[in-house]
Amino acid sequence: MLRLILARLLAMIPTIAGVALIIFVLFSVIPGSFASALMDDGRGAMDPEVAARMRAALGLDDPLIVRFGRYMRQLMTGDLGTSFRTGEPVARLVGQRIGASLELALAAMGFAMLIGIPLGFYAALRPGSLVDTLAMIGAVSGLSLPKFWLGLMLMYLFAVHLQWLPSFGYGGWRHLVLPALALGVSPLALLARTTRASVLDVINADFVRTARSKGMSETRVVTWHVARNALLLVLTTVGLQFGALMGQAVVVEKLFSWPGLGNLLVESVFQRDIPAVQGSILVLVLFFLVINMLVDIAYVLIDPRIAVQAS
Amino acid sequence: MTAAVLEIAGLDIVVDGGRGPTPLVEDVGFSIPAGAAFGLVGESGCGKSITALAVMGLLRTPLRRTRGRIALAGRDIASADAAELRRLRGREVAMIFQEPMTALNPLQTVGRQIAEMFVLHEGARWRDAEDRAVEALRSVRVAAPERRVRDYPHQLSGGMRQRVMIAIALACKPKLLVADEPTTALDVTVQAEIVELMSDLCAARGTAILMISHDLGLVARMCREIAVMYAGRIVEQAAAADLLSHPRHPYTHGLIGALPRLGARAVRGRARLAEITGVVPAPTDRLAGCRFHPRCGRATGHCHTDAPPSKARQEGGIVRCHHDG
Repeated sequence: MLRLILARLLAMIPTIAGVALIIFVLFSVIPGSFASALMDDGRGAMDPEVAARMRAALGLDDPLIVRFGRYMRQLMTGDLGTSFRTGEPVARLVGQRIGASLELALAAMGFAMLIGIPLGFYAALRPGSLVDTLAMIGAVSGLSLPKFWLGLMLMYLFAVHLQWLPSFGYGGWRHLVLPALALGVSPLALLARTTRASVLDVINADFVRTARSKGMSETRVVTWHVARNALLLVLTTVGLQFGALMGQAVVVEKLFSWPGLGNLLVESVFQRDIPAVQGSILVLVLFFLVINMLVDIAYVLIDPRIAVQAS
Repeated sequence: MTAAVLEIAGLDIVVDGGRGPTPLVEDVGFSIPAGAAFGLVGESGCGKSITALAVMGLLRTPLRRTRGRIALAGRDIASADAAELRRLRGREVAMIFQEPMTALNPLQTVGRQIAEMFVLHEGARWRDAEDRAVEALRSVRVAAPERRVRDYPHQLSGGMRQRVMIAIALACKPKLLVADEPTTALDVTVQAEIVELMSDLCAARGTAILMISHDLGLVARMCREIAVMYAGRIVEQAAAADLLSHPRHPYTHGLIGALPRLGARAVRGRARLAEITGVVPAPTDRLAGCRFHPRCGRATGHCHTDAPPSKARQEGGIVRCHHDG
C-alpha cells in the first residue's frame, strides 16, 4: 500500500512539469503583459520608458527558454514565484485563498453526494416509476443549466426575494449555502445518473440472481450485494467531479465574490499577473491529482481484485 | 411411494414484448420424488432454464407464468407470500447456475457468501456462521477450507467456484437442488468431479436433483428419469434406461444418435457423427402443429397442423408424437 502511494506521488511529478510547461507557453504567447495591463487599466498613460524598465525588472524581456528555466528552478525548490501585482510570494496568496475554495468544494460535493447517490439508487430500484422519470429529467436539466444563471436565480430567489440568505460574500454557513448549491447541482445530476446506471448494471448481474436464489429479501439483496458493487462504479465519478469542482468554481466564486482560488485566478488573468496565474492553476492541478490518487487508494481498499495486482 | 418434492403441472410461461406475450414454455409437467435425480434435457432456447427459474420463483419481468401449478414439498408457490417464498428458497430448494465465474459476488469472501445462508435461514450469528462455512467448504472436498474461506472468488478456479456454489446451495440441507447446466463452463475432467460430488452429496443427504443440461449422456449417467424438452414442450419422458434403449420421439432418437461413442471408429470405421439438421424454431415463429416437424424425417400432413397430444409409452413414460406406436 505504501509503495503504491509512493509510486503514485512520483508519477505526479512529470504531470505537474508538463502542466507547468503548457501554462507557461500559453501565457507567453497571449498578447499583453503586466506592464501593458497596468496602462490599459486606465491608470493614466505610462511613460514607455517606465514600462520598458518595469519589463526589464520583472525579467519579461529575457528569451522564453531562459524564463522557463528560471521558473522551473524556482518550482523545484517549492517556490511559486512572486506576484507582480502585490509583490507577495504567490504561495502566500494561494494559501490565503485555498481554505475558502476547499470549503466551497467540500460543501458542494457533500450536497451532491448526499442527494445524488440516494436519488440514483431509488430511481434504479424502481425503473420507469414517477420518481425515476422525474429524477432523470431533473438530472438532464441539472447538467445543462449554466452555473452563472443558476447562481443568479438562487440569488434572486433566496437573497433578494425571500431575503433568507446573504447574496454574496464570505462568512458563516449562511454565506456558503447559495454558492454551494450553484456549484453542486451539476455534480449532483451527474452522480444521480451514474448511480442509477451502475445500480441497474449490478442488479442484473448473475451474483445478484444467486443472492435472490438464497432466499434473501430484496432489501438485503440491495444492502449486502448490490450497494458496494454499485458504489465502486460511482467512486470514479465522485473523484473526477470533486477534482474538477475546484476549477469549475471560478464562475461561481466570481459571482458570489467568494474569496477562493478561482477568484484569485480571474483577477490575476486580467492583470496579467503571470506568476499568480501559474501558481493558482498548478495548485488546482495538484488538487485534482491528489483526489484521483485517493480514489485509486480507495479502490484498492474496496476491491480485492485490484489489491492482488498492486502487490 | 414417497411424496414428491417437486410437482409441476400444466406450466405455461410467456415473455411480454412489444407485440404481446410470446409463449416460451407450454404445458410442462413432471414430478420428482424425494431424493431422486431427474434430468431435463434439450437444446439452448428450449425453455429449460426458464422452467428452473420458475421453480425457484425467480421469474422477473418480462417473464411471466400464465398457467400451471408448481408445488415444492406439497406447497404451491403461487399461493405463498413473499416471506414464505424466501424461506422456501434456500431451505427447501436451492439452485446452482451455469456460470461459476459471475455467480459469486466479487467483493465478498467465499466464506461470507456461504455463511450468509446460516444467518438468513437459521438465525445464526456471523461468527458461528463463518465457522460453519469452513465445514461446508470441507464437505464439498475443498482442500484447506479454513484458509479458502478467506479467499475471494477471483482467487479460485472455475471448478472451485462451482464447489463453493454447491456448498452454498446445500448449506441448509434443501429437499431439492436445481442445477442449471452446472458443468457446461468447466473443463471435462472437472465436469466429472463436480457431477460426482453433486450426486454423492445429494444421495447422502436425501436431496433430490433437477439436473438441467443439453448433454444427454451426462444426464443419463446421473438421473433415474429424464424429460426431453423441445421448443417449450416436453416431447418425451421416461426412465433413463428406457429412454436410451427405446427412444420413441424422433428428436430423442436424433439426440442419442448425436452422442459420440468412445471406440466407435474402431468398430464401425470412420464415420461422421449423426446430427439433427436445422435449428430450433424461434419462439416468435409460433410454429403450428408439432414444433419438430421442419427437422423431422417422419413428418406427414397432420404434423404440420395438429400439435400431438402426450401419449403413454409402451415401456412407461410419455411421448408427444403422431407417429409413435
